[in-house]
Amino acid sequence: MRKLVTSVLAGIGLTLACGTSVYAQEKSLTIFWAEWDPANYLQELGNEYEKETGVKITVETTPWSDFQTKAFTEFNAHGDAYDLVVGDSQWLGAGSTGGHYVDLTDFFKKHDLGNVMAPATVKYYAEYPGNSGKYWAIPLEGDAVGWSYRKDWFEDPKEKEAFKAKYGYDLDVPKDFKALRDIAEFFYRPDQKRYGIAIYTDNSYDAMAMGFENALFSYGGELGDYSTYKVDGHINSDKAIAALDAYKELYKFTPPGWAKSFFVEDNQAITENLAAMSMNFFAFFPSLINEASNPNAKNTGFFANPPGPNGDQFAALGGQGISVISYSKKQEEAMKFLEWFIKDETQKKWAALGGYTCSAAVLKSPEFQSATPYNKAFYETMFKVKDFWAVPEYAELLQQLNQRVYPYMIGGEGTAKQTLDALAADWNATFKKYGRVQ
Amino acid sequence: MATTMITTLERSSRAAARGLSDISIRNLFIIPTVLFLIVFNIFPLIYSLGYSFTDFRASTNAPANFVGLQNYRDLLNDPYVWSNFAITAKYVIISVAGQLLVGFGVAMLLNRDIPLKGLITTLLLLPMMLSMAVVGLFWKLLYDPSWGVINYALGLGNFEWLADPKMARYAVALTDIWMWSPFVMLLSLAGLSAVPKHLYEAAAIDRAGPFYTFFRITLPLVAPILMIAVIFRTMEAFKTFDLAYILTSQPTAELISIRLYKMAFQEWQTGRSCAMAYIVLIMVLAITNIYVKYLNKVKER
Repeated sequence: MRKLVTSVLAGIGLTLACGTSVYAQEKSLTIFWAEWDPANYLQELGNEYEKETGVKITVETTPWSDFQTKAFTEFNAHGDAYDLVVGDSQWLGAGSTGGHYVDLTDFFKKHDLGNVMAPATVKYYAEYPGNSGKYWAIPLEGDAVGWSYRKDWFEDPKEKEAFKAKYGYDLDVPKDFKALRDIAEFFYRPDQKRYGIAIYTDNSYDAMAMGFENALFSYGGELGDYSTYKVDGHINSDKAIAALDAYKELYKFTPPGWAKSFFVEDNQAITENLAAMSMNFFAFFPSLINEASNPNAKNTGFFANPPGPNGDQFAALGGQGISVISYSKKQEEAMKFLEWFIKDETQKKWAALGGYTCSAAVLKSPEFQSATPYNKAFYETMFKVKDFWAVPEYAELLQQLNQRVYPYMIGGEGTAKQTLDALAADWNATFKKYGRVQ
Repeated sequence: MATTMITTLERSSRAAARGLSDISIRNLFIIPTVLFLIVFNIFPLIYSLGYSFTDFRASTNAPANFVGLQNYRDLLNDPYVWSNFAITAKYVIISVAGQLLVGFGVAMLLNRDIPLKGLITTLLLLPMMLSMAVVGLFWKLLYDPSWGVINYALGLGNFEWLADPKMARYAVALTDIWMWSPFVMLLSLAGLSAVPKHLYEAAAIDRAGPFYTFFRITLPLVAPILMIAVIFRTMEAFKTFDLAYILTSQPTAELISIRLYKMAFQEWQTGRSCAMAYIVLIMVLAITNIYVKYLNKVKER
């Protein structure tokens, strides 16, 4: 009898435990993102949400190299493993037209996010097609390309004197692309294992595009006309050709073996005393002000992408918006999380944790701009950003850019004009293939 | 009638007494294997063949439209694809030839009485037991112009192995040679030890020189097993992906497998990549067929 009672009680206990587990499962959300610091900050923010609401937030991450493949494999399988995704801005076209993202237009208008968030973040992280008034994501992590530099090298009186003697003006944070080039040349000293500059050169995914865009946009060039998809006369304009030449010129002053470099290597250039200046997304700068990861943290400064010869000043956009996945069975719960996320208090917490808020009010606040040595440069940059094509076939366009620009940049094959003429022809053929141009 | 029934019952009871019948055991082994092959090999093969005639993109919810041979036409007219095939062909030739020379050479050295022969052979086999990803990352560090040991040891300064577009494919091939020469060495050792000793003794009596002995006795007798090594290594080298992907992203080292991966899983051109996979499959089959025919000829000699 005693055994029977024990067994019945154990059975009831087990049933209740299972019931609780199912309940807990319903009260949880999984967000998919790439493996980097901001994802850890988002997990911390999610823990706050759990304390307030009891809904468990899990930020599942994967290395950047697998991020796109893993996300789209899950989308293509119509899987519900993730409820929300913090997807790259280029994914908007593929995510929306492929039916993977939930239409957030009503949510966007209800909360007036077009005015609450910084204009560039709304344009590039949320809206597709451009100027359509259709929104598929909430701007989450603002990001753009900026620069870090070795303050101690720049401020050394001997270096300053030598620089002035050679170039005729003061060594300081570069005021334009010409100064960027001169400083890179000045510090290029292979015999001392010291080099001028670290730039993006990797030709997989979007590294090369993100790097080249900084020169392209600041030289007044464009990838094309986003409304008509006309590329001829844009990507191969005189300004674009000059920009590619300028970017290639910078490659001459990079450390040896710099032909496959992206965000990891560009931070290493500063931490390993390799380069005077280094290009990178702002989201990777936190580790540069951390003495544990950067022995030169105290001597590292930051600046926004400098203007080109005509005074145009833009930078390549990074960053992501958060979208609700249409195959999720917890869409209502996901919308509640988004409502909480866009609140002013949450945005302040997000910024305090280290996330790059897209809230215009928080970005403009003095607290935000003085919180880190690079927040001011970030603020300045976020209002001067441009992005790559966000069309569903963006990956083919990226691949074509890599195939054309890389051999010229790294291998010195052909001229900038030949390279960009060929790229214009490639892109035109791709847009024709997908019926965007006749 | 009654007799027939009794005989049948006797037979089945005898089978039961033995356990499973031969036919049941055969079916037990074959049916799961056949089912596995159909589900995981034949079905995807036929399914992807169907997709290769469509414009299907897995990243969209749009239906697949039949486009006939357009994918095949586009691919065969694409200069990039031909350049990928040319790079792959050069890589296969360099890599397999290198492995053959190094592997067979080392086997010749080891095919004699030397101290610690067993230990040396085992140590030489280590590279091919490592994971490709680990080897890739390991050699990437070795090749690094700033802190890599290769440039330091050879006194090459800042020589760029992986960043130089012309050098990258040779660097990948060199790593592959390091990794897979032991495989050729192992097969060659098996072949060399099978050569009858009396042939060498007869050659020695006839005062044949080492050159004559090698080309008239050793090589002809080891040739069939070397051909098997060449077939295996050619197929593997043709499929190389991980090593080249990890080591370099140079367009001059973009093998056909890397292009195929990018087309399928980064650009999501599903239909087109299926067509590409079939073109590669046909090429590998053709090359293997030529090799097998040649191998049969070598064996007949």
